[in-house]
Amino acid sequence: MSNLYVRNIVRYLSLVLFQVLILNHMNLSGFINPYVYVLFILLLPVRINKSMLLLFAFLTGLTIDYLGNTLGLHAAATVFMAFLRPSVIKVFFNNVEFLSGDEPGIAKIKTGGFLKYSLVLVFVHHSVLFFLEIFDFHDFLNTLSRTVLSTLVTTAMIMIIVLVFTPVKRKK
Amino acid sequence: MRTLIVFLWKHQFFVLFIILEAVSLTLFVNSYSYHRSLTSSTVNDVTGTIYMAYDNVTGYFGLKKENKKLADENTQLRNMQQISIAEADTQFTTQDSQYYYRSARVISSSVNRQNNYLLLNKGSKQGMKAEMGVVSSGGVAGIVVGVSPNFSYAMSLLHHNMRVSARIKKNNHLVNILWDGRDYKKGRVVDIPSHIQLYAGDSIVTSGNSLVFPEGVLIGTVSEYLHSTNKDLSEAIINFSTDFNSLKNVYTIENLAKDEADTLMLKYSE
Repeated sequence: MSNLYVRNIVRYLSLVLFQVLILNHMNLSGFINPYVYVLFILLLPVRINKSMLLLFAFLTGLTIDYLGNTLGLHAAATVFMAFLRPSVIKVFFNNVEFLSGDEPGIAKIKTGGFLKYSLVLVFVHHSVLFFLEIFDFHDFLNTLSRTVLSTLVTTAMIMIIVLVFTPVKRKK
Repeated sequence: MRTLIVFLWKHQFFVLFIILEAVSLTLFVNSYSYHRSLTSSTVNDVTGTIYMAYDNVTGYFGLKKENKKLADENTQLRNMQQISIAEADTQFTTQDSQYYYRSARVISSSVNRQNNYLLLNKGSKQGMKAEMGVVSSGGVAGIVVGVSPNFSYAMSLLHHNMRVSARIKKNNHLVNILWDGRDYKKGRVVDIPSHIQLYAGDSIVTSGNSLVFPEGVLIGTVSEYLHSTNKDLSEAIINFSTDFNSLKNVYTIENLAKDEADTLMLKYSE
């Protein structure tokens, strides 16, 4: 059980630092911004108390906001994503049995399932983020294409990270 | 009352969601406007120190390019010096002592958001204040919005609330410069009187009206003139003269007469 806490704390710290120190400075044509830190929320145990899930999402978003001076922006997007997470898991993986402490990683829901799961939630997160950031709808298509492209890049990075860091025997 | 509490507890997931979103959005909206961001910026020595350590490591990678830029600027300054010596013979007194320059280093910046900022390695201990101008060797870069003892935070030109008062260099007409959030290399010139035709290559410089930048600092050159259809004002696209993606060494500009001018304006605008 304590292993679970340690794993999540390490994951939180490394993803936040990776995001703030490297990804926030990466410039892919000034158009695509990957936000990989959401992986922390994606991988929290499935049977975590739902209110705790929201609080963790809020704190994670707020950390990114605090370090990037975008107060409230990432918090709003991440909380929204966390709010939809239980429903998405229910819809996609209703037939999978999760024990207490089980993470929705590729060991449990296979690579394809995890891709589907992260694609949907990352898209939700990025939509809220980019539309809130620009704060109006007059450039709708431009913002939408930013959202879609960034979603694809974020999801690709998340898949790489997850595949690299999952021990071979757990992949099945 | 009890039923209300029971009801709220039963739906705590949804209630908590609403509360957290409300808090986030309030924070966000409060920091959105330019004047609010002067007070709510989260710049402090903790985040500053993290970025400083990071910059110490990564700063070496661009040294060659930086040296070249600084050398180019030195040449430019030497050229200007000859002019100022020639002018010293005449009896004009220039107002150059109105502005005080400090050099600073950008230790963190972005170009890929809708609202971009620069973090500088000088703060209130070194005399930095909010609303000082930031220029690079190329031209205008941003405006300081928050300071901590050792660091300061500047709103980049690449920000939705940025609106810089400018002039067309060739005929001194006043225009405004803003950024539409698309390409970090390109800005928009708005409020051009439609009888004025701009051509590619025309320089746009600061107007000196804002009390933040001195007059005549380069902002960019026109790349495309957009004809107006039915409005009295037309627009143009400019290439920023500052390369925001490789910004490292900058100067901050303090207008020593700003307080005096502000007090005067306040007195008569009431």
